[in-house]
Amino acid sequence: MATTTKSGTDLDLIAHLLRRAGFGATRDELEEYASLGYDGALDRLFNMGDPEALPVDLIRRHQAEQSDNRIAPASGSHWMYRMATTKTPFEEKIALFWHRVFATGQTKLIQGKVMLSQIEMFRKYGLGSFRDLLIQLSRDPAMIVWLDNQDNHKDNINENYGREILELFAMGVGNYSEQDIKECSRAFTGWTIANMPYMSIRMRNNTLRPYGYVAWQYQYDPDDHDDGEKTFLGETGNFNGEDVIEIICKNPATANFVARHLYHYFQADEFPVPQWPFEEPKDPAAIQLMVDAYFANDYSIGAMLRALFESDIFKSEETRYARIKSPVELVVGTLRLAGGFDWPTQEIYKATAACNYMGQALLAPVSVEGWMGGGDWISTGSMVQRINFASGTVGDKNKKGIKAIVDGISERHPTGDVNAEDLVDDCLEFLGALQVGDDTREGLVVYAREQGEIDPRTDDGANKIVSMLQLIVSAREYQLV
Amino acid sequence: MAEQREKVLVVVQLSGGNDYLNCIVPWEDPRYQDSRAAVRITEEEVIPLDNGLGLNPGMAAFKDLYDEGKVAIIHGIGYPTPSRSHFRSMDIWHTATPDRVGEQGWLGQAIRQMDPNGSNVVTAVNFGNALPRALAAPGVPVASVGDLDDYGLLTGMAGAAQREQALSAFSRIYTPGVGSGMVMDYLGQTGLDALKGADILKQAPAMYESTVEYPDTPIAKSLKGVAQVHMADLGTRVFYTVSGGWDTHTNEVALQRHLWEEVSTGLRAFFQDLEEHDLGPEVTVLVFSEFGRRVKDNGNGTDHGSGGVSFVIGDQVKGGHYSEYPSLDVGRLIEGDLAYNFDFRGLYTDLLEDWLNLDAQEIVGGNFEKISPFAGAVA
Repeated sequence: MATTTKSGTDLDLIAHLLRRAGFGATRDELEEYASLGYDGALDRLFNMGDPEALPVDLIRRHQAEQSDNRIAPASGSHWMYRMATTKTPFEEKIALFWHRVFATGQTKLIQGKVMLSQIEMFRKYGLGSFRDLLIQLSRDPAMIVWLDNQDNHKDNINENYGREILELFAMGVGNYSEQDIKECSRAFTGWTIANMPYMSIRMRNNTLRPYGYVAWQYQYDPDDHDDGEKTFLGETGNFNGEDVIEIICKNPATANFVARHLYHYFQADEFPVPQWPFEEPKDPAAIQLMVDAYFANDYSIGAMLRALFESDIFKSEETRYARIKSPVELVVGTLRLAGGFDWPTQEIYKATAACNYMGQALLAPVSVEGWMGGGDWISTGSMVQRINFASGTVGDKNKKGIKAIVDGISERHPTGDVNAEDLVDDCLEFLGALQVGDDTREGLVVYAREQGEIDPRTDDGANKIVSMLQLIVSAREYQLV
Repeated sequence: MAEQREKVLVVVQLSGGNDYLNCIVPWEDPRYQDSRAAVRITEEEVIPLDNGLGLNPGMAAFKDLYDEGKVAIIHGIGYPTPSRSHFRSMDIWHTATPDRVGEQGWLGQAIRQMDPNGSNVVTAVNFGNALPRALAAPGVPVASVGDLDDYGLLTGMAGAAQREQALSAFSRIYTPGVGSGMVMDYLGQTGLDALKGADILKQAPAMYESTVEYPDTPIAKSLKGVAQVHMADLGTRVFYTVSGGWDTHTNEVALQRHLWEEVSTGLRAFFQDLEEHDLGPEVTVLVFSEFGRRVKDNGNGTDHGSGGVSFVIGDQVKGGHYSEYPSLDVGRLIEGDLAYNFDFRGLYTDLLEDWLNLDAQEIVGGNFEKISPFAGAVA
């Protein structure tokens, strides 16, 4: 894709990094990160824990619609607000990554609190060792109830979690047998929810569905754990869940599977996951790079990603705009450009619903398979939603971020006359050093010419700038990251 | 009598695995009672049907349709070497390709046969948030509608004149250029189709009038949308919609009943609506799920199984039972699951050949036994 911004190469590269490891950047953010250089920007992204993050209870207090934690758009909005305002975007991006892989759905749980706790767990463990993450996941109350592990008993196993941890979470189809699934399920017997009988009764009174909205806590019940001998992936012993997880983690299939997921999410769109057993990775070198980092660093996810981000594979021109944005990436990125969310508002709630219509209901994936991503995001229906959301959001010139763009462009042209080419280039630059192809740029210039005289100091000029921003975020390039 | 239009297929997908045994219930069978000690539809709850079978108590409205002779129950439907993974099994149903990973949706291919040049971008309309793989085939446009009442492009542009200019700019910048690559081409074509589809579909709600009240459920809202677009006569031949939440590992009895209430009342309202407009004879509905569930319950729900049940519903359907209920004899189960005895690709062949008048072989990949659920020659 031809570069048509005025920005220097380094700025473009850092803009690329921020789109992938975050949700894009405003012009100001971009300059701030760029002043650190690429490695400095990377270090800063790896700094977790936004000290200014608004606590969940305050978010709830502020927004009536978001207070009802029983439905997904409400609790999803908590997270949406966090993503739209965070100072540590990589933390949210990695949480979003694990939410996609370990897809847990509030639709079954009717329980926002445990869902948000799961996301918080992803923030905390998402870049650490995969071993620790899987242990946390197996103890996560939302996951336990999502995949019925509270019904996985010593004398009557429920294979749901035992199957999915192998098939969908860690290894992928073809790397274990049906017998391994049974043995794995046995190892996770007794990994349950505290006081489940009481929770069931209480929650049944609240809703038709099983577990209502009282928060659950993990409990290990040794009496319901099958302590017998198990043979799992060729190893035999009286395995408990932790042992099984270690056996999973040291298996090369696991490293490959996790690397491929990371590649799919951070580097370039891969084949849909169900095709992985039948299709070679698109870039085996990139996978190997991450697999090596995985084994050299105690299964560290952070090390895998650092290796990727520091590689020429990631930095290359071909990698830029090579992925189709997920709905959440598109929505959050646009909200961050528009800015002005000092407090949670109705608009955040609507943005969460918009993601839903685009096919990515936050905290409510359709099934445990999560979202496939890539071309699956794009249909005529989702395109309508994507374009309308983005153009509608940047169309509000009272928004802090939009006002800043109009003011910035105005300052550049003190005499008050902006020609069509400059308008297009300025808008692209202020939207976070976006790059578009020559055809698109030409189309934008033609539209700018149709607007006649553009004086950014006037209301009419501001409206014209805003309409150009609306058109840019409707373009094909804005669908890519 | 309204003018006879082309035949229309409406697909209702039950995602998660509808439990066959507690949907079409062999309630008198002691083997059922034994296998389902905890997760059972009791004699008091069951809606008796015939042949020793009954319906889930949530299916009262469905029973009305059955009594009108509109419902074909297709027993024991499945495919060889069943997959118990939701994803894989749904993928198999979507692509009609059990033995390898299929690339194209069965309905996507059907739409291509109907409209090889993609000249009508609303030949297929999906009501839902994401496009099901069944409808996906390269170059086949499918309109995917979340909410029919608010459908159009660049609706957030301030002035009408500016929106007009922006829409024509949009159509210019989406026109695929030479050598811009596959992804850009795909985005371009999809964007242009969306623009065109929106212009067409926005007419539908305005033209719609009905006395039928649909229940306030997501599936009924989708079915109402189907009715609206169908009545607007826009040339749509395939509609698709999804009901989720059928993965009843836990609390199955209450959950499945609730889901069937939503689907059954939605379908009854839909057929009432069609009847009011004299449009019943041109519509057939297929209801399917990716698999049935395990014969023996797990104490509170059931795990993934194989052999399941599908339904074909419509005025031109010959109601009743098709194929056979698979045996519940322990020795005849496959890994604890019902053995399928009818290949779903046969049912697809019925629908493609005898309803939509297409060449099925190429789509389902061979010759499969049909069940012929339609009453004689389709009018």
